[in-house]
Parts: sequence; structure tokens; C-alpha cells
Amino acid sequence: MRNKKTLQLTTMAFVIAFAMILSFVESRIPAFVAIPGVKVGLANIAVIFTLYKLGVKEAITVSIIRVLLISMLFGSPVSLIYSISGATLSLATMILLKKLTPLTEVTISVTGGVMHNVGQIAAASFMLSTNVVIYYLPFLLVSGTIAGVVVGIASAILIKRIKFDYRP
Amino acid sequence: MENAGTPAKKKYRLDIIIIAAILLVSLSLLLIVTLSKEEGSVVVVEIDGTTVATYPLDKNAEYSLNGGSNVLVIKDGVAYMNYSNCPDHTCEKTGKIRYVGQTIICLPNKIAVTIKGDNAEGGVDFVS
Repeated sequence: MRNKKTLQLTTMAFVIAFAMILSFVESRIPAFVAIPGVKVGLANIAVIFTLYKLGVKEAITVSIIRVLLISMLFGSPVSLIYSISGATLSLATMILLKKLTPLTEVTISVTGGVMHNVGQIAAASFMLSTNVVIYYLPFLLVSGTIAGVVVGIASAILIKRIKFDYRP
Repeated sequence: MENAGTPAKKKYRLDIIIIAAILLVSLSLLLIVTLSKEEGSVVVVEIDGTTVATYPLDKNAEYSLNGGSNVLVIKDGVAYMNYSNCPDHTCEKTGKIRYVGQTIICLPNKIAVTIKGDNAEGGVDFVS
């Protein structure tokens, strides 16, 4: 007989490890545009996966632990602030859209990616007390949308293919 | 399997419409920003939200910012960050800027270097 709690804990650990690997892979990809914030956001695959497979609470947990660990490993205290504001706005939007609309993983991912950029820009303009960073937004919106589609399709495939069995 | 053929298409119809709308809006914003390019005349340096210096773009020079944490170079009408003591060096990779509204940001050192035009305003002016 399997313990549901243990299984869930192990699954969460697995998903967080998965998110970390994705972030590491992403940190190895050289930035092809010198605009801060332009990235694929591969780690969002893990968050969307958790949101669909495990639930809202779990997705929030994974997101928080992921942001903290990744900032410690690959970032700085400053990048943590941007990551937190981006991740919070992104996750909140994704949870709401999933609850209230019939949209699929792809759009959830796109809005998540775009809102991550919006959150980061908001944090940056707050931190620098200037609004010049808004100039980056159009670039980030375009790149965020394209990246969001890629991440969303990847997430949709994973959600469909990987099966959990929580029953004893 | 459960979504073969037309139901799958139907499933994604709303998604496609919304993603297309988001893409259209962001692309048109990008187009407006790109088209409204005009050559700037001064470089404004802001540290932590306060303007600390304004340098002319037509004078070749090297400026040490923020007590030496960053070095800004102005050469032949373009400005670029030559040095930063921060770990990510994004500002150095940003490259050369010359049009009104273009910005070099150094997040760790809270520095924003913006090109502005003669009519002082510069900044976000989507109309022109």
C-alpha cells in the first residue's frame, strides 16, 4: 500500500528538481538579444505541469521554492526581487485563467510568460524609480508571447503523456 | 485520442484567437516604438531614480558613473557602457544606443542611461 502523502512529497521534489534542471539548461543558453528579461522561461513548464497535475497549492509551493533556489544558484539578491514579482504576477494570472476560462495550457503559458515580463518591468521601474524601462515592454511582450507558445506546447505534451496514480 | 479531428481544433480555437490578439497588440507596440525613432542629442544618467548628469552626444568622452561602478563612453554620436562591476554585465552587452528613448539599464547598480532629444521630454512618447 502506498502512502499518498509520501507519494505527493516525492512528486513535488521531482517537479522542483525538474524545474531546476530546466533553469540550468536555460542559463547555459547564451542570450541572443541583449535585453534583460528576454528568455524562453523553460522552468515555467514545471510550474504549469504542477498546476494541472497536482493543484493550485502545489503550484504555488513549487514556484516559490524554484524562485528561491534558482536565485541562490544562478542569480543575485537583486535578481531575486525581479524573479519574485514576475513569478507572483505570472502564477496568479495563470491560476485565475485556468479557473475562470476554458483556455488550454498554451494560452495559460503565454499569459504567464507575458505577465512575468510585466511583473519584472514593474519591479524594475519601482527599483530604479524611473519609467524608462517601459521601453523594453514591447520587445518583452513579443518575445514572451513566442516563448509562451513553445513552453505551453511542451507543457501540454507533458501533461498528456505523464500519468500519476495516487490511489493505493 | 479523445480529442481527434475537429474537436481538437475547436478546443484550441479560443486559444489561437487570444494568442493572435496578444501578438498583434505587442507587435504593433513594437512597430510604433521602432518607427518613432529619432536621433537623440543628449544622454541622461539616472541613478536610483534621480538624474545625476546630462552629457551631450556630439562630444566624444568617457564618464565614470556612480563612483566608478560603471563607465559610460560617448563616441561618434553613440553611447555605450564600457565597464560595469556587476555580475551580469547586461548593460555592457546592450551595446550602442543613439535614438531617443533607447536605454541602457544596469539593474544591480540602479543606473539607467537614456537618450533624449532636444525637446527635453523624450521618454515614452508613442504619438510622434
